[in-house]
Amino acid sequence: MFEVFSIEFMQRALIAGVLVGFLSGYYGVFIVQRGLGFLGSGLAHAAFGGVALGVLLNQEPLWTAVPFTILVAIGITWVKDKTNLGGDTTIGIFFSVSMALGVIFIFLKRQYSTDAFNYLFGSILSVTNTDIIVPAVLIIITLLLFPFWKRWAYSSFDRELAQADRIPVGLDDYLLSILISVTVVVSIKVVGIVLIAAFLVIPPASARLISRSFSRMTLLSIITGTITALIGLWISYYLDVPSGATIILLQAFVFFFVMIISRKN
Amino acid sequence: MIPVIEIKNLSFNYGEIKVLEDINLTVPENSFVSIVGPNGAGKTTLMKILLGLVEYTKGEVKIFGNNPDKVDPSLVGYVPQIKTMDRSFPALAIELVLSGITRRWPWFIKGEQRKKALGALSLVNADKLANRTLSELSGGELQRVCLARSIVRNPKLVVLDEPASGIDAIGEADLYNLLESYQRQSGATILMITHDWHVANHHSDFVLLLNRKQVSFGPPAESLSEQNLRFAFGHIGHIHKNKITN
Repeated sequence: MFEVFSIEFMQRALIAGVLVGFLSGYYGVFIVQRGLGFLGSGLAHAAFGGVALGVLLNQEPLWTAVPFTILVAIGITWVKDKTNLGGDTTIGIFFSVSMALGVIFIFLKRQYSTDAFNYLFGSILSVTNTDIIVPAVLIIITLLLFPFWKRWAYSSFDRELAQADRIPVGLDDYLLSILISVTVVVSIKVVGIVLIAAFLVIPPASARLISRSFSRMTLLSIITGTITALIGLWISYYLDVPSGATIILLQAFVFFFVMIISRKN
Repeated sequence: MIPVIEIKNLSFNYGEIKVLEDINLTVPENSFVSIVGPNGAGKTTLMKILLGLVEYTKGEVKIFGNNPDKVDPSLVGYVPQIKTMDRSFPALAIELVLSGITRRWPWFIKGEQRKKALGALSLVNADKLANRTLSELSGGELQRVCLARSIVRNPKLVVLDEPASGIDAIGEADLYNLLESYQRQSGATILMITHDWHVANHHSDFVLLLNRKQVSFGPPAESLSEQNLRFAFGHIGHIHKNKITN
């Protein structure tokens, strides 16, 4: 039962799963509470453009996907800030442009690439040491930036109140969207581009159902994200089914279970 | 003595649209001021300028002698409209009050801070609401909690945006009593936005009547004259002038 922990690629996958489960649980609470569910999906599809660029240039896709997705995140935040367009419309524009670029990049490569496929649906076999180091560094940054939780939470509750208390909400939006975009990119090896939005939304949504405070919601979301990633990977190994889909189905099971329990109480 | 609010020739445009034009007023310490006007009169824009949330186009605005965006936020308590608040946000009433002290959202509540927040809640007779979530509060209860949040920092100026919206008549009467009692105790200035000139007439020392332009500013009996009200609102309903100014 525990031999899974002695297999090298599974060790890497499990560590990566725990790290990205933590990150998506932490940043997901802001996505859910700000009503930005579509942002996760948009950034994941933007990441596809970055991955495809890496494939085209014969570079490690992570190194092209991170800056590409950050640029898209900044672009979305900037357009939303400077126009009267709704968030969904802005995300929709960047989402499709990035996907279109990704398709063109893959087409220009003119040969079958397993890399792009792995990123679309996730592949624990392809998790490398880099896929552990980058999210680990991001967790360290996240912990160092923990005081920002109090600002982000405040402006998630009421933007105007936070502004009246001199919180630079515009600047904070950029920082948060950059960190979310890196979280998306580092999660796609484990979960896959297609399912990343759910990975960012379901754990915080489950946590929201049983939380009376935002700090508790954050803690429960991190715990749910981490544990479901770990157990989901373990199940996917034993059942020999795709890891991303297994994690998401497990998270959905937890969500409905919590929903039923919380409604009974 | 530095006035709490000083506005000289203030104008504000949204693109080509003039939202505020030539506003002039001085608000002394320890006064109750109402900004009255119909929908679209520019009341909320003026409030946002005073809070430093919006940059004005022309003129001069000073709060405690400083530009609005340079004022120490602990001097100003702001009570937004409760109907615009996200009550689905997972938060306890005491956390909302605490955000008034720390100007951040609390991760956890320290003993000393809890004491202070409970003190503010008890000032508005809402200490029993401390551990309720925002979604468990009625409109009137949430308004009290928001008031506690604004006064917990002992502000010298309390700004309220349509405080009666979303609460019933009893809650509204309670709220004005609480405001007046806080003003008496603290010597703070109260600035309230309302479209209800009866309320403004009853509670205010000064009333700014606004309809994009400044119609009048002064004591209610003077500012809320029939002529001024007709000019600002286009009508004064079925209420007789005497009932307004008495």
